[in-house]
Amino acid sequence: MNQTYALTAVTAVVLATVLVGALGLRMSRTTSDFYVASRTVGPRLNAAAISGEYLSAASFLGIAGLVLLQGPAMLWYPVGYTAGYLVLLVLVAAPLRRSGAYTLPDFAEARLQSRAVRRISVLFVVGVGWLYLLPQLQGAGLTLEILTGAPHWVGGLVVACVVTAAVAAGGMRSITFVQAFQYWLKLTALLVPAFFLLAAWAGDGAPRATLDAPATFREHTVVTLAEDVRLSVAAPLTLTVTGTVDGRAHDGQVVTLSAGRHEVRAATRLEFLPGSAVPRTRPAAGMGVSSWSQPLSGPQDGHRLYATYGLILATFLGTMGLPHVAVRFYTSPDGRAARRTTLVVLGLVGAFYLLPAVYGALGRLYAPELALTGDADAAVLVLPERMVGGTLGDLLGALLAGGAFAAFLSTASGLTVAVAGVLHQDVLPGRARTVSAFRYAAPAAMAVPLAGSVAATDVPVADAVGLAFAVSASSFCPLLVLGIWWRGLTPPGAVAGLLTGGGAALSAVLATRAGLAPAGWVHTLLAWPAVWSVPLGFLTMAGVSLATRSRIPPGTAATLTRLHLPEDVAAHPPAGGHR
Amino acid sequence: MTGAGTALLVAAVAVLALAAGYALGRRPLPRGARAGRHLDLGTPVERATFHTLHTASLAAPPLRAGLTEDAARKAAKRLRSLLGTEALCLTDREAVLAWDGPGADHHERRAVARVAEVLRSGRSMSVRTECQRPDCPLKWAVFAPLTGEDGMLGALVAYGSRESAVLVRAATEVARWVSVQLELAELDRSRTRLMEAEIKALRAQISPHFIFNSLAAIASFVRTDPERARDLLLEFADFTRYSFRRHGDFTTLAEELRSIEQYLALAGARFGDRLKVTLQVAPEVLPVALPFLCLQPLVENAVKHGLEDSTKECRITIAARDAGSEALLTIEDNGVGMDPALLRRILAGERVGGSSGIGLPNVDERLRQVYGDAYGLVVETGVGAGMKVTVRVPKYRPGVHPATAPVGP
Repeated sequence: MNQTYALTAVTAVVLATVLVGALGLRMSRTTSDFYVASRTVGPRLNAAAISGEYLSAASFLGIAGLVLLQGPAMLWYPVGYTAGYLVLLVLVAAPLRRSGAYTLPDFAEARLQSRAVRRISVLFVVGVGWLYLLPQLQGAGLTLEILTGAPHWVGGLVVACVVTAAVAAGGMRSITFVQAFQYWLKLTALLVPAFFLLAAWAGDGAPRATLDAPATFREHTVVTLAEDVRLSVAAPLTLTVTGTVDGRAHDGQVVTLSAGRHEVRAATRLEFLPGSAVPRTRPAAGMGVSSWSQPLSGPQDGHRLYATYGLILATFLGTMGLPHVAVRFYTSPDGRAARRTTLVVLGLVGAFYLLPAVYGALGRLYAPELALTGDADAAVLVLPERMVGGTLGDLLGALLAGGAFAAFLSTASGLTVAVAGVLHQDVLPGRARTVSAFRYAAPAAMAVPLAGSVAATDVPVADAVGLAFAVSASSFCPLLVLGIWWRGLTPPGAVAGLLTGGGAALSAVLATRAGLAPAGWVHTLLAWPAVWSVPLGFLTMAGVSLATRSRIPPGTAATLTRLHLPEDVAAHPPAGGHR
Repeated sequence: MTGAGTALLVAAVAVLALAAGYALGRRPLPRGARAGRHLDLGTPVERATFHTLHTASLAAPPLRAGLTEDAARKAAKRLRSLLGTEALCLTDREAVLAWDGPGADHHERRAVARVAEVLRSGRSMSVRTECQRPDCPLKWAVFAPLTGEDGMLGALVAYGSRESAVLVRAATEVARWVSVQLELAELDRSRTRLMEAEIKALRAQISPHFIFNSLAAIASFVRTDPERARDLLLEFADFTRYSFRRHGDFTTLAEELRSIEQYLALAGARFGDRLKVTLQVAPEVLPVALPFLCLQPLVENAVKHGLEDSTKECRITIAARDAGSEALLTIEDNGVGMDPALLRRILAGERVGGSSGIGLPNVDERLRQVYGDAYGLVVETGVGAGMKVTVRVPKYRPGVHPATAPVGP
């Protein structure tokens, strides 16, 4: 891949982001016309901004990678990521806006009039934010590694520094414009190369990907393994090996591997002949790519079904609790605009998610060896070079690299603003809560996930994001849904539900990622906690609320009226009805 | 992978440490922990006194919310350990609010009947409960009235297994102490009411001069430019409707800007082309709720400094920026400015000669009332150097909800 083009594209994206962020407001909104100045953010602009912030590395790179690895079952990811907004639209969007809350802890306090619930929601906002930031930084590391061969941590560091600096310097002042710009940038970056790739595919005779059968190499392919890998071979496979296979050293000899498992040491070079099947991997030690996705490709159908339901529940119900999504609804002028915005988001996000599937399918055809080296997330980036080649391939690759960086930057900056806002408001002591203190909150919000991304490697981006969704679905979804639709919610109930549901999901996620979970069903249960932790959260919250009925906050009726009545109706209270 | 595992464990520990530190930081150190550092714990009598005082201090905060069910439930537990009785109950004039200890099921109804008697007489009394159940330990009850400023509020009932003069005395004293706490609660409430009244009194101080001047300016257009005069009258009508509206203490930045537009249109009619306004408003902060009429006086002030007290062209810049969980509003003029010392005296509430900047202390006070002292006005000025006023408004504050203006007439 041509480094110059790619680096230029990445630099251009970073510069454009910072410039639009810093100057966008000055250019578009310096006026002496009150009519122009007091125009609120319309649903379309706000929806583009929400989508821009939402479509992260997981969407841009991760889904294509997972489809490459595991086939069309992985399309539940984009379906879930989109359908989350449907649930948000139907149950949450307008009341959340009408509550006047800026962050989720604000909502908890507005609804339950309790500082304790607020503090616990703060912990979960920060936790979900960090879990979500981690894969963004890792994805950036992977992208830069593929583009320039820089070490894995460099990309994450670059994104972390750019975002922290931009947020801390107040450079994200016109964040709505920046994020809307990023959405269109990402869509273009994925759409334009897709056309060229599909043309190249058609020119190649439109070969079909066999998504349920193992992928095959279409041409002579050389793979160098970065770590110890256990390969499962379904049928005898002939290949050229330089390195150690099954404890025996080879030096460029032709070897035939029998059906079954084979240990291959790191740094071994494997040369595959055209037409041979791609072996499945199973890293020999610790957590690797495929043990993550193991439940879904496991032999037992029960695991697979369970994991799919886990994924569906987490993504459908988790979207509403993502800190950077909730914050953006504040920008809508009223509840109706918030609802309309969500509808547009559904359209924009849905359109975007048609594309990663295309890349995944093409990746399985043209870059199957990525499944061996554990870099499946890079499929989107390497395809233009493989399929189109030449200067055009380089240019398209550069466009994709720029788009990927836009994905890291927009999601990371949205999350950093949200997490830093919560840290600034709730964790810093009152005396230090000045505007400049927000600058110190931004690096604090970024430091922990950065440390995590440097230390932890090799987690598929989309999976890691799924974990953040699971925690959000088990903690904030019950709080929001019960808070908006049930009078009986009490502060002790909310605290108990957040701690049991969210806490259980969080510990399961951390245990899985730390490799503490034993194999088999326990691992599956812990890796996809949403199936049990979401009902647990709901039941605990409802049960404890019922048991503490005397603690229903006194202003509940008034609060619920405000949440559910349209603003123009609420402005004309019946006689004697106000205050 | 062990690297990943370690990193996540470190992250988890960091989260837990943060949570623990956060929780501890917000909770005062328990008394026992502090006392434990000193080896000299006093004589048994002193220790008993400390213990009693400590228990009483724990019961006090809930009672400061008044005699409600929630407060009674929290306080009853503490009060029972203070008195050391079998059961304790707090009632208001009609019903039992909280019962701590056994026997709530069959004693409650009888207690309510007795309380009515105590409230009539206003004296404490000790009676046999005449409970028929052999296993029930509640044989004697002491009823002590709880009084507030407006007479009897309810009663404290302490149950013991036998008649005891000590219990009667103790229960009466505790009831008296509770009464004092309840009176304090009433005091708190009247202070809150006073504050609300103050906010009401502070709001909407439209300067009468402005009304006279605007009408005079409109009058001057009636013959020469009737169309303009009509437009200005409509602006004037909208402006006064907004300023004199009676519902809600809060509005949104978008509406406040609309009112400022009308104000500036009227001021512009008086001063012609000398007034130049630049706006720089981040659309993200337009829905922010803020106290009603808290920017308009600042703009009025800027116009006054820039136009009335000077002869050059007046530039006013109104900016609203998004700053995380807050909105940052600035109003800047290039007028005559002010001596900072004088301004400090005006903001401190002193009446300084003339009416220069009457609006500023009012806005400052209201912002502090609503958002706390950290959110007062920040003014940068000097004689002849113009003036820049900065207002910080948090995007969310409990109880701050904008009342949107009714649409249409």
